[in-house]
Amino acid sequence: MNLSLILQMAAEAGPDTIGLVCDGRRWTYRALWCAAIGAADAMAASGCTHVALLDESSEAAPIALFGAALAGLPYVPLNYRLADADLAALLGRIAPAYIIGDVDRIGRLDPDAGHVVRTRADFVAEAETRGEAGSEPPETDETIAVQLFTSGTTAAPKAAVLRHANLLSYILGTVDFMSAGEDEAVLVSVPPYHIAGIAALLSSVYAMRRILLLPAFEPDAWLALVAAERATNAFVVPTMLSRIIARIDAGAADDTGSLRAIAYGGGRMPTEMIDRALTLFPETGFTNAYGLTETSSTVALLGPDEHRAAHRSNDPAIAARLGSVGRPLPTIELEIRDEAGRPLPAGERGEIYVRGDQVSGEYKERSALDADGWFPTRDAGWLDAEGYLFLAGRADDVIVRGGENISPGEIEDVLLTHPAVGDVAAVGIASTEWGEAVGVALVARPGHAVLDEAELRTLVRERLRSSRVPERIILLDALPYNEMGKLLRREVRKLFQP
Amino acid sequence: MKPGTKLKSAVCDTEVMVIKGGDAVVSCGGAPMVDDKPADPGAIDPAFAEGSKIGKRYVDAAGTVELLCVKAGKGSLSIDGVALSTKDAKPLPSSD
Repeated sequence: MNLSLILQMAAEAGPDTIGLVCDGRRWTYRALWCAAIGAADAMAASGCTHVALLDESSEAAPIALFGAALAGLPYVPLNYRLADADLAALLGRIAPAYIIGDVDRIGRLDPDAGHVVRTRADFVAEAETRGEAGSEPPETDETIAVQLFTSGTTAAPKAAVLRHANLLSYILGTVDFMSAGEDEAVLVSVPPYHIAGIAALLSSVYAMRRILLLPAFEPDAWLALVAAERATNAFVVPTMLSRIIARIDAGAADDTGSLRAIAYGGGRMPTEMIDRALTLFPETGFTNAYGLTETSSTVALLGPDEHRAAHRSNDPAIAARLGSVGRPLPTIELEIRDEAGRPLPAGERGEIYVRGDQVSGEYKERSALDADGWFPTRDAGWLDAEGYLFLAGRADDVIVRGGENISPGEIEDVLLTHPAVGDVAAVGIASTEWGEAVGVALVARPGHAVLDEAELRTLVRERLRSSRVPERIILLDALPYNEMGKLLRREVRKLFQP
Repeated sequence: MKPGTKLKSAVCDTEVMVIKGGDAVVSCGGAPMVDDKPADPGAIDPAFAEGSKIGKRYVDAAGTVELLCVKAGKGSLSIDGVALSTKDAKPLPSSD
């Protein structure tokens, strides 16, 4: 199995159809396929063991992704936002690599590792030239398609491995070939080094939905591209949606009427924000996707009809589903388990386990799958009676107070119901009495600068119980998030250290 | 047939990739499919000439074999003389 099949089929079925628009240039599927073949030729000739991308999104990303697949080399898109020392360490782990992007930076950070380095423009030009004369290379034995370094919040980043079989199984299981209408175009603004960025390329090419690549997210550029290219679909992370809504509220008047479907994921979406989005885009279908790098993207989703049903419902159980990530894909098995690995019934919080062909659960160093092929996600969550999945933070974020497990999410959800609370993070803080106690960092809603700590404690005590009551409360201007909208709890924890 | 194996029609342009294997011999246009296309393709059996469609998944009645058509052709797919049927996909909203 080889991922290149996806682009090859699109080029076979619609050679002259526009598959990609980036920086004003329009690429047909045939042009992309030729460039991928040429790229594979250049990559193979380099003698390198990996293909890396150190760049914003551009046509180079799909050409490198499919080219590396054809050449039988793992594709490793790197986070260009990493600090020099962290990036240098990763470069050392993939040497010698054929690297596309920031030539100067690689020369400075890892000059003697034998990397072959090309600027984006040189890479694309060489791929096109070589592709004109080239033909599809023989099938390779390499089974690794993509290697993504995890963000490494507690230790050195892990190299998550996605095999061709994992990614192909995800695409074939969730997307119908050529299912997009001719007018459909998807705006992709997630970074190329994120699993959502890779999944977006693969799904869109297989559906033959034209990709509109935005090199780096910026809300005005996003709105302008929607209007200019009549985007029908988009994927955003919560922070992107929040910034887009802020621009619309501030008077941005771009025509977004073409948007039929917006998918989101990659971090916690505040219920209030998705409520606002549903009102602001009444004709748009929203889909919430939950997935991890190690699962080849989406494993559960909340679809457009479920969003609207929850948005309108007076039934608390149905309305609450707006805060869920929907139900597992039909091709995925999902269980909630306790610390001993025993499955838990609906309504009980535990760790989310998944199993399926798309689930790699594998790192370069070791596989995290258990003997039966289940992957412990380290995400905490619970299922409601109808099988809707609710996330409750990372299993590692659980606060253990005097032997009692406390999920930060339950405290955060309660505090967010207070009108003066704009944003909140609960973390475990050192306690001589309890081992850990609850610390809460709060951001006040504009116009509510003064927060009554006693009132907040009472709220938690009444809605939950006394063990959940925060021992310390601190007030911040903003909580620390990464660029994908993930709360950096380790940074919050540091704020409580003496 | 190992998953991932590609098979070509001996009588038309059809190509398939094996998703789920088994020991069965898959035919296209009435002739067994092959690894490499012959230089001189034979004739399509009119009983198996309804064609194959790119992107469609073909399954046998028992569900033991599943093939993805990666290149369309004029012959149709069969096992032991029984035509394979297309598998209806469950439509999912796009999540990427």
